[in-house]
Order: sequence, then C-alpha cells, then structure tokens
Amino acid sequence: MTRPFALRVRNLSRKFDVSAPWLNRVVERKPKQYVMAVDDVSFDVPKGGCLSLVGESGCGKSTVARLVTGLYPPSNGSLEFTPDINGAPLSAQMIFQDPYASLNPRWKVRDIIAEPLRELKLRETEEEILARVAELLTTVGLSPNDGGKFPHEFSGGQRQRISIARALATEPRFLVCDEPTSALDVSVQAQILNLMRRLQDEMGLTYLFISHDLSVVRHMSDRIAVMYLGRIVEEAETETLFANPRHPYTQLLMQTIPNIEHPKRAREVTTGEVPSPLNPPKGCAFHPRCPLADARCSAERPAVLTLKDGNRVACHRVEEAEGDSARELTGPNSLSA
Amino acid sequence: MTEPVLSVRNLRVEFPVRGGVLTALNDVSLEIRAGEILGVVGESGAGKSMTGLAVQSLLEPPGRIAGGEVILNGRRIDHLSETEMQKIRGREIGAIFQDPLTSLNPLFTVGAQLSETIRLHLDMSKREAKSRAVELLKQVGIPAPEERVNHYPHQFSGGMRQRVVIALALAANPKLIIADEPTTALDVSIQAQIIALLRRLCDDLGTAVMLVTHDMGVIAEAADRVAVMYAGRLAEIGPVREVLSNPSHPYTRGLMGSIPALGARVKMLRQIDGSMPRLNAIPQGCAFNPRCQVSGPRCFQDRPDLFPAGQGQAACWHVQGGVQ
Repeated sequence: MTRPFALRVRNLSRKFDVSAPWLNRVVERKPKQYVMAVDDVSFDVPKGGCLSLVGESGCGKSTVARLVTGLYPPSNGSLEFTPDINGAPLSAQMIFQDPYASLNPRWKVRDIIAEPLRELKLRETEEEILARVAELLTTVGLSPNDGGKFPHEFSGGQRQRISIARALATEPRFLVCDEPTSALDVSVQAQILNLMRRLQDEMGLTYLFISHDLSVVRHMSDRIAVMYLGRIVEEAETETLFANPRHPYTQLLMQTIPNIEHPKRAREVTTGEVPSPLNPPKGCAFHPRCPLADARCSAERPAVLTLKDGNRVACHRVEEAEGDSARELTGPNSLSA
Repeated sequence: MTEPVLSVRNLRVEFPVRGGVLTALNDVSLEIRAGEILGVVGESGAGKSMTGLAVQSLLEPPGRIAGGEVILNGRRIDHLSETEMQKIRGREIGAIFQDPLTSLNPLFTVGAQLSETIRLHLDMSKREAKSRAVELLKQVGIPAPEERVNHYPHQFSGGMRQRVVIALALAANPKLIIADEPTTALDVSIQAQIIALLRRLCDDLGTAVMLVTHDMGVIAEAADRVAVMYAGRLAEIGPVREVLSNPSHPYTRGLMGSIPALGARVKMLRQIDGSMPRLNAIPQGCAFNPRCQVSGPRCFQDRPDLFPAGQGQAACWHVQGGVQ
C-alpha cells in the first residue's frame, strides 16, 4: 500500500466484563468473566478510500466502530488518525444502523442537524447555522424546508439521509458507517449507497464501512477485512478477496452469498455455527468448523501473516502453503512497508 | 396438472380506519402446488406478510378479508369460524415466523412443545408423540436429537432454534407451510443452512411452501416461482429464473438493478427514486407510476391487470397494449 493512511489501528483490543453480580460470584464461587470482543486487531484505512469490516454477529465489527469513534475506550492498542492539512487531527463521525433509533423524535430535523454545529460552536450566528443546515439538507438530497419537520414524518431512507447530514455537519474527513443500509429496503439501499459514493467523490471522504452483506461491501470498498470472533482472519484488496479467498472462513462466507444472476444453483451447505465469544475455542477460533483443520489448528493460534501481495491472512494452512513467500507480522511498521 | 395445494383468488384485505378504508391487499391471486416453493417478495409495506396472514386468517382486527377466496386442498377456508380455523392451523398449514425465540415458549422443553402440537392434531399416545418429536428433530438436522428433545429453547443457538420452529411447523405433516422471513434474524452462513433445509424438506415431503421475504438472494436460492408485490398488489409472478434474469415489470427491473451485483463492478447502482406510496395515498392508475421511468399517459389513468409475459405474468401496460 503506497497510499497514505487516514487511520492506523495497531493491536487494538477491547475486553468487556460480563461477570455475574458481586453477590452471586461470592455465593456461587464463580470467577470474574470477560469477553474479548476485539482481540489484537490491526489495520490501515487508506486516505480517500473505503475499508470494510465484515463478519457475522458477535464478531466484534461494531465494537471496532465504537472504538474508532471513541465511544468505548480501548483496553489495549493504539489508534492514530493522520493530521489534516492544517495540522488538526482528522475528524471522524459515525452513521448508525437504525435510523429510527438514532434520531431524537422530539426534535425537529433542523435542530438535530444543527446540534453538532451549536455544540462545537462551528458557526457564529443563528443565521449561519440555519444556512449551513439548509446546505446540508440539499447535499443529502432533501429539501431545506424539511428542516421544520419531525423525524416521524420521514421514511427510513430519508431518515438515514438526515443521519448522514448530521454526520457531515462538522465537516469530518472520516466517516464510520455501522451497517448504514441493513435496516432499509433494497431500492432505498441503492439510493443511500449511491449518495455515499457521491459524497466520497465530492468531499474526499474516507469510510470505515461495517456490514454483514458481502455484495454491499464489495460494491463500496477498496479493501476488506474479515473478522471472526474478535480477530481479523483475512484482509485483502476487494477484488483479490473475492477472486481468491484464502482463509477457509472467507471461503465459507463466499459460498453463502446467494447468486441472483444464476438462481437455483446447487451448492454445498456449510455446517456448524459461530461459537460463543464467552468461551472461544483454543488455537484457531475457526477450527471446529474448518474442513482443513488438524491438530496444530486446535493447539496453536495462527499469527497474522503478511503475504507477498500485501494481503494478510491468519491461517496455518495458508502459512504452510505460501509460508516461504510470507513473513510474519512482527511490529507496527511491517504492515505499511 | 395436479390440483394446487393453495389457491388464492382475487384476495382483498381492508382495514377500516377513521375517515375511510385502507386497502392493504387488492386483487391478489396465486397458486402453490405440492412440492413447490413460491417466493413472495417485496419491500416493507408491500403486503407480502399480509398475504401469509390472510391465508391463515390471522389478520389483526379491524383488518378483514373483504373479497376473493382462499382455497386449501380444494376446500374454501376464508369464511371459516375461528374454531374451525384452529383445527386447520398446525394440521394443514404450518407456520414459521421470523424470530425463532419469540415463536417458542421459554418455559417448556422443545420436546413438550412438539408433543403438544403432535397430540393436538394427530391421534397419538404420549410415548408415540415423544418418539415422533425426536424423529422430527432428526429430520431438521439437529444433532443428538434424543438428548436435545429435553432441552429448553434458551439452550439452542439461533439457527438451531429456527430448526426447532421448522420441526414444530412440520409436526402434523401439513400440506402447506407459510414461512414469513424465516432467515432474516439469522447470520448468512446459518441462513444458507436453513434455506437448504427448507428446500430438502419440500422435495422429500412434497410440502408446498409460501416463502415470504424481502431478500432477493433467498428467493434466488430457494424458490421455484416468485411473486413480486408492490403496494398491496402483485406486480409480477412467474418462474424464478425468468423473473430474476429477465424481469418484465419495470419495478422488478429496478429492484434487480439496485442490488449490488457480484459480476461486473459498477461505480453507481441503478436506483429507483422515491419510495413506495402509503396505503392512503396510492396513486390512480398503476401504483408504480410516480417512480417509473418508462410510464406513459395510460399508466396514470388505468390500472393494469396481470397480463401474460413470457412464462409468467406482469401487471404493466408495457406488456400488453402499450402506455399511450
């Protein structure tokens, strides 16, 4: 990767305390219990590009989004935003999944969008604030008159446009999008994805995109990181990942994408389910479901290898097959060489 | 040709509200044969779930069937009393709902719930019912069924719970299963397993399935025929290959274009502007006309019926007669 990065994440971890209440622990003699929601995750988001995190529920992708935006403090590891042209750190904003829950139903749309402007004192006078709100509404394809309405007067897609307008209010360079279209119908999803594309081109935004829908992810992203039980198992250029998925879990995900262009093809059905993150399997977390697993996989956790083409994968089988050309990820610097 | 298991003719569902009547379903006609999966697809509010509920007489009051007929195995069931319907639900129509956790009673073991349904509809002793419950769990692919039958719903994972719900729907060997978004609450890899299971059961047992979903991918994987709904009406119905690869209705075309394709990558998706009209503001003529890019004067005046198009049918003036 030669492109400068907008965000560099190194060895990021987040542990949650999910212990029973104190009295139960004392009476039932239970130890404290923790979940490693995100475990030693490293990635770079290229400036002006889009990195997507994909995975099934409970794999930690939303926790990464919250760590990046500072909604959770990390337990370990570092996050580094590139300074902007004027030296200030790159500003980040977030778009949430559910446009019904993320807008205050008692506020007018105008006030929802103006809140970050008022809070951060980005505009001097009330007229300037309202002018900026009108401009933002136009940018996301709504009418400036819509500012006087309440969120319930809008459909799901329009509400997601309002969320985007609010996120853009502070002129961020970096947007974290946590499943921005999964609550929407497909025709509306296309409108929102097209809008996000257009904004990226016009404003040079960088996206960290989070989704479980591989076809959406493929449409939006330059690079994709596949997560499984809190760890990145594979990270590659979008086209490489789809053409040549290396990790068995990525291959499994690829098999499950329904093909609407060639309906009713016969396909292999994968077995097994995601284990509980409370009690992850030893060794490689994927080994109970993996068709290629052997004794080593259940004993030893595979390290993340950087392959010759710059893609990364954490699998003993890939390491054995391509091991000579791969080198182990040792420190923060080996990633972006 | 065999008699269809389910045939719905000109079904109309109305909701009386203050100041008028909302028509939630209008002139919906479809048939499902034994061993066939009919996919019913559409966006939220299109009336796809409503169709499934109307067939089972499960409409929330004040909703009511205002016209048309529902014929199950040659018998008209849309005017039956609640007591008579209760005998049909479970016995002749099995239901699978979206959320497997809320469809199961958390206080009873899955075995008890299966036995209850089996003994309600089939003349069996407790012992026979228990062994049938184990048999059903085995059929839906639950490992160690003899042991699992004594477990409570919370001891099952999401995918396994949905398998239990499918077993419950199959308990009395119904001829028709109505599956309303059976995979929406599940992860993609589990979704593929459940679709394959439905497909296998449908082939093995000859059950007719109405698969209600918003996900074109699920339709492509599972269905034999597909009905596309828009604003309470059928927009298009036909064999799944035909409808998905060569859609006749502009709405279906738009819908297919708005799904990111896995083949060639495009910079922008083809989008349908606007959103589906609300039930109280369905435009005159074709309900799709405000969003349609190829509409003509006729589309704004007359409502198109379902006309033959290829191997299926589409409700569009472009298919028959032209738009002028």
